[in-house]
Amino acid sequence: MCCTDMALAYVEAHASWGAANTKPSLGRDHSAFVAVAPDGSARAEFAVEGVRCAACMKAIERGLAPMPGVASARLNFSDRRLAVTWTREAEPDVPAILAALEMLGYTAQPFAPGGLADAEAAETKRLIQALAVAGFASMNVMLLAISVWAGNISDMSPENRDLFHWIQAVIVLPAAAYAGRPFYEGAVRGLRAGRVTMDFPITLGVVLTLVMSVVESLSGATHAYFDGAVMLLFFLLIGRVLDQAMRQRTRAFAENLAALRCERATLAGPDGGLRDVPLAELAPGARILVRPGERVPADGLVENGTSDLDQSLVTGETAAVAVRGGDRVFAGALNGSGALTVRVTAAAGASLLDEVEGLMRRALEARSRALVLADRATRLYVPFVHAGAALTFVGWLAAGAGWHAALLDAVAVLIVTCPCALGLAIPAVQVVAAGALFREGVLLNDGTALERFAQVDTVVFDKTGTLTLPEPTLSGGRYAPAALESAARLALSSRHPMSAALVAAAGPAEPFPGAQEAAGLGVRAVVGGVELRLGSARFCGAEAEAAAAVAADPEASVICFRAGDGAPAAFPVRQGLRPDAAEVVAGLAALGHRVLILSGDRAASVEAVARRLGIAEWEAGLTPQDKIARIEALERAGRRVLMVGDGLNDAPALAAAHASLSPVTAAHVSQAAAHALFLGRSLAPVLSVLAAGRRARRLMLQNLWFSAVYNVLAVPLAATGCLTPLIAALAMSGSSLAVTANALRARLATMPAPVPAAHRPTAPAPVAGTS
Amino acid sequence: MNVLLLVIPIALGLGLLGLLAFLWALRSGQYDDLEGAEYRVLHDD
Repeated sequence: MCCTDMALAYVEAHASWGAANTKPSLGRDHSAFVAVAPDGSARAEFAVEGVRCAACMKAIERGLAPMPGVASARLNFSDRRLAVTWTREAEPDVPAILAALEMLGYTAQPFAPGGLADAEAAETKRLIQALAVAGFASMNVMLLAISVWAGNISDMSPENRDLFHWIQAVIVLPAAAYAGRPFYEGAVRGLRAGRVTMDFPITLGVVLTLVMSVVESLSGATHAYFDGAVMLLFFLLIGRVLDQAMRQRTRAFAENLAALRCERATLAGPDGGLRDVPLAELAPGARILVRPGERVPADGLVENGTSDLDQSLVTGETAAVAVRGGDRVFAGALNGSGALTVRVTAAAGASLLDEVEGLMRRALEARSRALVLADRATRLYVPFVHAGAALTFVGWLAAGAGWHAALLDAVAVLIVTCPCALGLAIPAVQVVAAGALFREGVLLNDGTALERFAQVDTVVFDKTGTLTLPEPTLSGGRYAPAALESAARLALSSRHPMSAALVAAAGPAEPFPGAQEAAGLGVRAVVGGVELRLGSARFCGAEAEAAAAVAADPEASVICFRAGDGAPAAFPVRQGLRPDAAEVVAGLAALGHRVLILSGDRAASVEAVARRLGIAEWEAGLTPQDKIARIEALERAGRRVLMVGDGLNDAPALAAAHASLSPVTAAHVSQAAAHALFLGRSLAPVLSVLAAGRRARRLMLQNLWFSAVYNVLAVPLAATGCLTPLIAALAMSGSSLAVTANALRARLATMPAPVPAAHRPTAPAPVAGTS
Repeated sequence: MNVLLLVIPIALGLGLLGLLAFLWALRSGQYDDLEGAEYRVLHDD
């Protein structure tokens, strides 16, 4: 990636942006992040990184509270977000808050208010309110219902019983109307779309039970089933709330990560001014500046400047690609040596991104046809229950029992089979398993992910960024410690992505005062009268050493160092394997999984990685279509494929595979396509998700079987007219408790291997330069 | 059995009070940060 011949062009492109390149950050436009309340006080939310304990919380809140204009600062420990409100008179000063947090040692990014997250939070709140109402109603109704059950076998007078039934009706009818809304709405939505969802039998059961109970109370019968209806809603709402809370938590965390990755772009105004804006504000036609060491924030055409781009996140290809005016660049590419001005283009025709998105859409449509357990259970359950109720009704009529008795027993069948246990069987397992995975640093993107992971028998890896680490590392070898240390200290003053590898290899160091980055060439500093240089081979006069290093390791890029007229040193930098890649691959093989590498990179580098990991099946130089074709061929051969990849070029393959996993550093499109994301440098989450998936599926199946057996036992009781409210209540709560208790077993360790560092997000790949 | 007419409304009223208190707490954001609340208890101020 040392492209000395581009130096001149870089300097040219750079001259007008000199100020931008020397200043670490620009005056940012933060107004988009501040929401103003009706009373005039402003409020902003921040995602904060590095909060681990109660002391952090205290330090942040105490540190921000005395700032001028700040009315309150409150850190939400559950989702690591800080809410700051300013007093009415004060001007909201977001940069001051960020600076104060920086002083305290925390990285933070402001959040745009509103949007999807707020809608999710509102939905959670609505479900919890419904749950509270259902809980209140079922407790109080039980109080009365148990009195009736006891009274029926002792000396309760019919007048008192009727009174108790009517009090129950007064409590339950409004409560069921309110608490059952999520189900009623779901049933109507489903029917409109021409589908019978699980909400339909629930709605039917609740409504029929209530109508029947009112009719029975009117006729002064000994039994009413108000308690059954409201208890059913209570248990089912527990399932819904758990499900919703899990999703909301994962989503909040994913949003924090996205915010902390600081997805911003430097907008170049028509007057030459520069402004730092959130990515969402970029419109097609905008002119942006991409400095060395930054990722290209959006697709576009290069207007000015030349540079070398690391497109590994886009194509999987690790060798740098030279770009100049008129070339197309893709979001996610890492800019190497030169500043570029890019005109943002809307996605339009025949670009790689369009192609990838088209392929992905098709693959996703194919994927959604696969049925998951919950759907299959619904498909079996709905006709079974409705046929059972109809048969009961017809049977009793045929036996000459009369309309009233026959209807009563048919409704009893609907009540007793109402999917209390079924409604909890799958969400409870999912919540518990997702919580366990969350603690291991895996975020599930999709409710069906666990079941999909359970069925996997073939694992396909992408190479770049997946088996290897996304950031370059200094390849092994012996270097003079003094040279390495000086080189690393120089590297601290550079924005070039490769210099981060040196910094990481040398450990903590201070940059040299007065170090200057000579555009496109390298960094220079004069220390004790000796000029130190770090950069391209030509800049350091180290062509011979660089050539030797490349000959020894053809995959590596070389960064050179020279002190004065001393002997130059060449540091080969390459993408290193993830630390536990070999063990994970061996572990997968030991479990009997077939392991493949499908990469877009050159054959030589793929082969080297495959050999080191002991993977026999690999293919290189694949386009996104090739990857899809390989995966579809595997699926046709009856394999269930787990695709692990991060690049834009992997996105269609991720969508096509039965299950998919991405590191959290992946390209946007890939993150959206993957079933789960994992944090950190370790590859062990691949093993964890497979183990957790198998365990979860086993527990879900157990729960479903339990519910089925329970229904098989309960239906004859109801159909023969032996179902009293007492039996219905016992059966309902008993089966719900049983499946919930069983689901808790998913919490047990999902894998024997040491658990990777908890759910703290790892910092995104450090970009060179701390200046 | 007339005492029932007194006791049942009292029981329901108390239950309703609890429900309203919960809904109020939910609306005022007291359930937004369950993990943080357990640490805040230990703060001095």
